[in-house]
Amino acid sequence: MDKSGLTEHISQQFNVELEDVRNKVLTMGGLVEQNLRDAIKAVVDGDSAICDAVIHAEEQINKLEVAIDDEITRVLARRQPAAGDLRMLTTVLKTITDLERTGDEAEKIARMGIKMASIENERIRVPFIELRHLGNDVRLMMSKSLDAFARMDIQTACEVIESDQEIDEEYESITRQLLTLMMEDPRNVRRAIDAMWIARALERCGDHAKNISEYVVYMVSGKDVRHSSLDEIAKAELEDSVSS
Amino acid sequence: MTMSGEQTPTHAMDMSTVLDRDVSTQSLENEDICLTIDNVDLYYGEKQALFDVNMVIPRKKVTAFIGPSGCGKSTLLRSINRMNDLVDGCRVEGKICLDGENIYDRGINISDLRRKIGMVFQKPNPFPKSIYENVAYGLRLQGINNRSTLDDVVEWALKGAALWDEVKDRLQENAFGLSGGQQQRLVIARAIAIQPEVLLLDEPASALDPISTLKIEELIYELKSTYTIAIVTHNMQQAARVSDYTAFMYLGKLIEFDATDKLFTNPSEKQTEDYITGRYG
Repeated sequence: MDKSGLTEHISQQFNVELEDVRNKVLTMGGLVEQNLRDAIKAVVDGDSAICDAVIHAEEQINKLEVAIDDEITRVLARRQPAAGDLRMLTTVLKTITDLERTGDEAEKIARMGIKMASIENERIRVPFIELRHLGNDVRLMMSKSLDAFARMDIQTACEVIESDQEIDEEYESITRQLLTLMMEDPRNVRRAIDAMWIARALERCGDHAKNISEYVVYMVSGKDVRHSSLDEIAKAELEDSVSS
Repeated sequence: MTMSGEQTPTHAMDMSTVLDRDVSTQSLENEDICLTIDNVDLYYGEKQALFDVNMVIPRKKVTAFIGPSGCGKSTLLRSINRMNDLVDGCRVEGKICLDGENIYDRGINISDLRRKIGMVFQKPNPFPKSIYENVAYGLRLQGINNRSTLDDVVEWALKGAALWDEVKDRLQENAFGLSGGQQQRLVIARAIAIQPEVLLLDEPASALDPISTLKIEELIYELKSTYTIAIVTHNMQQAARVSDYTAFMYLGKLIEFDATDKLFTNPSEKQTEDYITGRYG
């Protein structure tokens, strides 16, 4: 399915509605991406002003989710969309849930960052560099997922799905590092657990980005690749590139 | 540790415009009312066909009437330009007011009324004349015969009905040579040529194929910027697609009348819900 196909209906109003839904999702995605970036910054810098901005943006993200839901309900009732249009709308319904949850995780991360910064006289340095690295990778993944959605690009979506494995490995590595710190000195435990929560939240964001990419594969090709192995997904991608 | 060179976050994107732009504010309270239907009862001889119908039709919006066969929706539509006068034994009680004036008053000139309230029927009914003369017909009836005036109006009306591009090179050909969908758009062009205030459409697309139907629907969407439109349709999806307000009728009674978005997503009446979800009967 070609992106421009969205605006080729006889009904101009339907075109406008679909374009609008799509634009709102991308706006929402942009906010989520920005919030992830800021949340990581809040952790690394311990900056409470950034944390406040994250919380404010999270409210906007929630409002957008409700607005998009509402709009899609109306479009479904009025237009009875079929085929590619229908897949696009069901994809959006699921995508915004994952986006909203990513927004929640970002808020959690930012709050945790401020909390950690407020604890004084702690003995260990949290592995900030690793957390920032993981955070940037996750943000990039989310950004690519949204790109794949915007351009209906199945190849980019498949790359995102594959990259989730690296995120999991990074998360494992941070966990091991924190475990070591905790075993070295029990006084490290409190901060280490906080850092673990942050790493965990970032890893979840990676999962959400992966989910969105899986929906994109379905939207474009009609193939549901959730719970499939990477080999099967690669096959779907190949078939799509042959048919298009 | 600080990350220098990064901008402070700018979350204050103009979200209000994104969010407010199309949150549905469709409500009758905000509408300019064109027609009011007050306590209308209608009888065909002894048989009562409409029971105490009360509603308003907002100006420059599309109002759809849906309901099962025999529910009175066509009867109601026809009573809006007094087509029922032609039916023997038909009697209307109550008031139907166009811009505050009761169209059933004795002093009303029916020709004037029908010039203000045009009607298009289920089957396209062009006259056995050329495409041009079909559209010019209403104007000639009004005594307008100036060639350049007629030319202008014919072109304007055919453009308005989204038919001009398809027929501009064969205006003098017989209208029966057009396809069903084209004939229906021709009839709409004929109706708008005399610039009515209100267009009544009685199942305008039910005899057409899906693509012609979509074209008519798109046309209706465009026409509503100029005209007040009331449409009767058997096809409730069509009502959902084209209308701003929808009236659901059943057994001669108006069961529910509301904004289309509301009626099709969260109707107030159980009967409406049963009908639009296919549980009726």
